[in-house]
Formats: sequence, structure tokens, C-alpha cells
Amino acid sequence: MKKNILTINKSTRSMIFTYALVIGAFVIIQLLRTFKDGGVGAVLEGQLIPICAYVTMALALNLVVGISGELSLGHAGFMSIGAFMGCAAAGSLAGLIPSPTLRLVVAMVIGAALAGFFGFLIGIPVLRLNGDYLAIVTLAFGEIIKSLITNVYLGVDAKGFQFSFLTDKNSLGEGGIQLIKGPMGVMNTQRISTFAVGFVLVLITLIVIFNLVNSRTGRAIMAARDNRIAAESVGISVTKYKMIAFVTSAALAGAAGTLYGCSQTTFVATKFDFNTSILILVFVVLGGLGNMWGSVIAAAALTILPEALRQFADYRMLVYAIVLILVMLATNNPTLWNWYARFRRKKAEEEGGAEQ
Amino acid sequence: MDLLTLLDYLIRGLSLGSIYAIIALGYTMVYGIAKMLNFAHGDVIMVGGYICFFTMSGLSSTFAEGSMAAAVVPALAGVVLSMVVCTVLGVVIEGLAYKPLRQAPSLAVLITAIGVSYFLQNAALLLWSSSPKYFSPIVGSGQLKVGPLTISHVTLVTIVACVIIMLALTSFTGRTKMGKAMRAVSEDKGAAQLMGINVNRTISMTFAIGSALAAIAGVLLCSAYPTLTPTTGSMPGIKAFTAAVFGGIGSIPGALLGGLLLGVIEIFAGAYISTQLSTAVVFGVLIIVLLVKPAGLLGKTVREKV
Repeated sequence: MKKNILTINKSTRSMIFTYALVIGAFVIIQLLRTFKDGGVGAVLEGQLIPICAYVTMALALNLVVGISGELSLGHAGFMSIGAFMGCAAAGSLAGLIPSPTLRLVVAMVIGAALAGFFGFLIGIPVLRLNGDYLAIVTLAFGEIIKSLITNVYLGVDAKGFQFSFLTDKNSLGEGGIQLIKGPMGVMNTQRISTFAVGFVLVLITLIVIFNLVNSRTGRAIMAARDNRIAAESVGISVTKYKMIAFVTSAALAGAAGTLYGCSQTTFVATKFDFNTSILILVFVVLGGLGNMWGSVIAAAALTILPEALRQFADYRMLVYAIVLILVMLATNNPTLWNWYARFRRKKAEEEGGAEQ
Repeated sequence: MDLLTLLDYLIRGLSLGSIYAIIALGYTMVYGIAKMLNFAHGDVIMVGGYICFFTMSGLSSTFAEGSMAAAVVPALAGVVLSMVVCTVLGVVIEGLAYKPLRQAPSLAVLITAIGVSYFLQNAALLLWSSSPKYFSPIVGSGQLKVGPLTISHVTLVTIVACVIIMLALTSFTGRTKMGKAMRAVSEDKGAAQLMGINVNRTISMTFAIGSALAAIAGVLLCSAYPTLTPTTGSMPGIKAFTAAVFGGIGSIPGALLGGLLLGVIEIFAGAYISTQLSTAVVFGVLIIVLLVKPAGLLGKTVREKV
């Protein structure tokens, strides 16, 4: 049995491990919530849906940064589009679809589609640039999306949608609802997100990403990352494949945004700012570029960490910063790596010796 | 459009742009040499602002009201002390957090810089609390009348300071031995080392200069926009970073040009389009510029050899 697992190639093993990790975590948490008094504790309970949203965000960003090799500093912008448009859709569909779960799913699809569409629009100019310039343009788009959404007023009544920009000019009829209230953001009358839907979203994200990565398209994306010129010379359209990764990632981020938005009573556009983009990037880099289970663990752990550090009260963000710096220093310490490599080599030699 | 108002906006834009330019110089020098985006730069600005604030408020009571010394000494001491503290801070940050990562991938350095930025913000939050401090301008709130125009002293000092810093830096990098070493390191680290240049010391020196500039920028920023909180530095930091990219990152004249243009565009967009959208307009212009000139306005396009 042990031998069988070892003979499967590394990427498949990592894939199986990721699925097992996510499903296992879900089963354990659900069991605890059902059978144990107090469930998983008040702190974790409140963080379950945000964790699912951030795990999805981290996986989506890992697709762009790790697999496609482009640094994006504006992913919170796509999350923002998903959150606002998804929640607006959920709010306006309240009468049409009575089941909250179905409504959430429809809202997530709408949020994902719109975020994907914006990802496409932004990708046209962005993916022509390289390296740090690409990063700064995604940062710029993130900020633009934030300041545009802060000034959007969207309402719905019996006659249809009403939209105004900068100042609130919507005059809603009887029974109309203001869905997006500019700087006031969105107020959810009911929070329809559930942990189960969040789990399914994470699972779908994993399926999408693993299928993409292990396909012809995925190999083309990675070829374009590793050597743009060589990839072009064998007939890979670099822009096209980078666009596929970028749009997929944007759409997944949009769905995560809807999930997150619909779990909050109220949220504003400034929530999804540069700091949020950076936060998600921290998950990806700490988890390891291109490493999906790493992203899952890093996103979950770092979402809980500030909450778990509440006992340090005022010091918690300081501790968070120090932990972040120390982890980066430790994981990039050449002495540690050399030691680890020697350890691996020694172990391999011992095993090799045993077989002979 | 009234010409006088236009001129007024232009001067205000140049003043804001001068602050951006001074911050952008720090970004661009560090990027040019260490090839890293120092996200903590914006927070060094904030530290500079706080140090100057406390020095000034501490010293102001020791001098007689209205005397010449009361106007000059606290402000001067504040600026000098904040420059010293920030320089030391910059060198310490570089030595503790960035130096061990010289060989690490650039993303790891980026995340560490973000960690340092969080650290500085939260340390400031603990030390000086989140309640805003109201900074009194280092040169008083006087105004200068030039014909029909009124220009505040702060605006004037900011623009003059920016010009002086620019000239000093240009001659420093062009004439002195250290400056030449910096240019050599930014061109090719390995070759510079072979020529006997101490790369580590050069990088530390760059951080020292960048942080001293950040301190000046912090004092000027707080003189123009007097509310001082632990997050004061982050948005100007991002904008100045944008300015550095705008002008071509790694280029000193580019940082000046990018900073000034960004400041002018921001003020004009706020005045003639909408204050709520001025940031969006700034970033929109940046995107258009990068699409036309992908290496920034004054950046060198490096051809890739196959």
C-alpha cells in the first residue's frame, strides 16, 4: 500500500492530499458542530464562512501568481465586484427564488460571471506588460474598482433597476430596495451564506484549478511562465493562455466575494482595498507558489490567527507582523535548506542501501 | 476657466507632487539597487512625522512665545531628529529583515517588506495610539502674496526642498565615490563586487538615504495635511510608488517627473472632475501611460536577448 502511494507521481499525490485535507476538515468541523456542545467554539464558528471565502481567494490568486507567474496586487477588486454584484443580485431575486441556498448559488454564478468579465476587460491591457509593471497596473485597477464602487447607487423596485453614480438620484417606488448605497455599501437583510455552500465552493475551485493545471492548457500556461520566448517559439499564444488563467482566477474570486458578502450584515467597498489584496498574497506566498494545499492551510490558519490572538489584545497585529517576518526569514534561510537537503539525501541513501 | 484659479491649482499640485517625488526617490533608489519593492517605505514616512511632532511639541514650551528661536529651533530640531531616527530605522530594518533574504525570491522579500510595514504601523498604534495628532506646520501658517496669488509658506518650502534634494542627489550619484558605487551596483551586482565595491554597505547606504528622504517627506506631508495617524504613510506611499513606476522605476529624474505629474493630475482631477474620483483618475492615467510606454516615462527599455 505504501509503495503504491509512493509510485503515484508527485502532482497527483499533492492533488489527492489537497482533496483529502479539505474534505477531512469539513467532515471533522461538521461532526463537531453536530455532536459536541458548543460546536467548534464561538471564534471559529464565526470565521467558518470567511475562511472558505479566503481559501477560495488564495487558490484563485495562486492560479495567477503561482501557475501563471504574474504578480497581481488587485485581486480584492474582483472579490469586491463579486461581493457587490452578487449581493445585489441576491437582494433583487429575493421574491423570485424563495430558497436561500439556491438564491446564493445563482448570486454566486452572477458574481463570478461579472468578475470574470471584468477580469477579461482588465486582462486585455494588463497581460501585455511584464513583471513589476503588471503588478502596479493590477494595483491601479484594484484601486479604481474600489473608488468606482464607492460611488455607485443601485436600487430596484417594481419597474426595474435604477442606477446612479456619484450622487444618489434614485427615486424608488413603493416596495423598492436600495441594493448598493454608495459609501454606505451593502446592507444584507438576511445572511444567506452557509458553511456547506462555502465548502462546495472550495471544492469546485479545487476541481477547476486541478483540471486546468493538469490539462494541455495548464501545461501551456506553465510553459509561458517558465520561458515566454521558448513557449512562443513552439506556437503557444502566451497572451491567450495567461488570459485563460487570469479570467478563471477573477471569476473564482468573484464567487468567493459573493460568498463573503452574503455572510456579512453590512460591508463597504473600502473593505476590499490594497491591504486585502496583500493579505491574500501573503496566504499564497506563505503556502508556497503553485502549491494548492499550502494555500488552503495558510489561508485558514492566517484567517484564524488574528482571532486566536485576541488574548494579546492590542499586541495581536504586532505579533502577526512578527510571525510573518520570522516565517519568511526561516523558510528562506539557506542554512536550514542545506540541512534539510542533507537530511533528505541521507535518508534516501539509507533506503537505497536497504533495498540492495 | 479662470487663469488665476488654474495657477493656484497648479501650485498646489506641484507642492503635493513634490512630496510624492521625495517619497518616490526613496522607492526608486532602493528598487534600482536592491531590486525590491520596499512597502515599508510609506510607514517610515509616518514614523518621521511622529518624531518631528513630538520633538516640536516637546521643545515649543522651552522658548518664549513669538521669539525667533521659538519659530526656528523646534522645527529644525524636529526635522534633524526625525531624519536621524528614520535613517537608523531604515538601516536596522534592512539589516534585520532584508539582508538575510538577499538570495531569496523577490516575492519572499516583498512579503517580508509587508510584514515590516504591518509591524511599524502596529508599533506606532501601541506607542502613540490611534487618535490623530494635529501637526503644526514647520514653517508656521504664513502666506506669501505674489500679485493676486497667495502661496502658503509650506507650499513654497515643499517645492524648494524638493528641488534642493533633487540637485543634491543628482550630484551625489554622479560625482561621489559612493554614488558611483550605487550606480555600479544597480547596473550589475556581481560585476560591481568583482571591482571591489562593498555591495552590502552600498545597499545599506541606499536605505539610509531613502529613509532620510522619507523623514523629510513625512515632515512636509504632515505640514501640508496636518492629521497624523499610524496609517498616514500608507496611501501616500502607494501613490509615490505609482509615481516612481510612472516616471520609470530606477530612474531619479523619472521619480521627480512622475511625482510632480501625479500630484498635478490628482489636484486637477479633484478640482475639475470629482474629489471622490481623483484617485481613480490618477491610476487611470498611470495605466494609459504604461500601455503606451511600458517602462514608464523615462525608463530604459531593456531588450531581451534570445
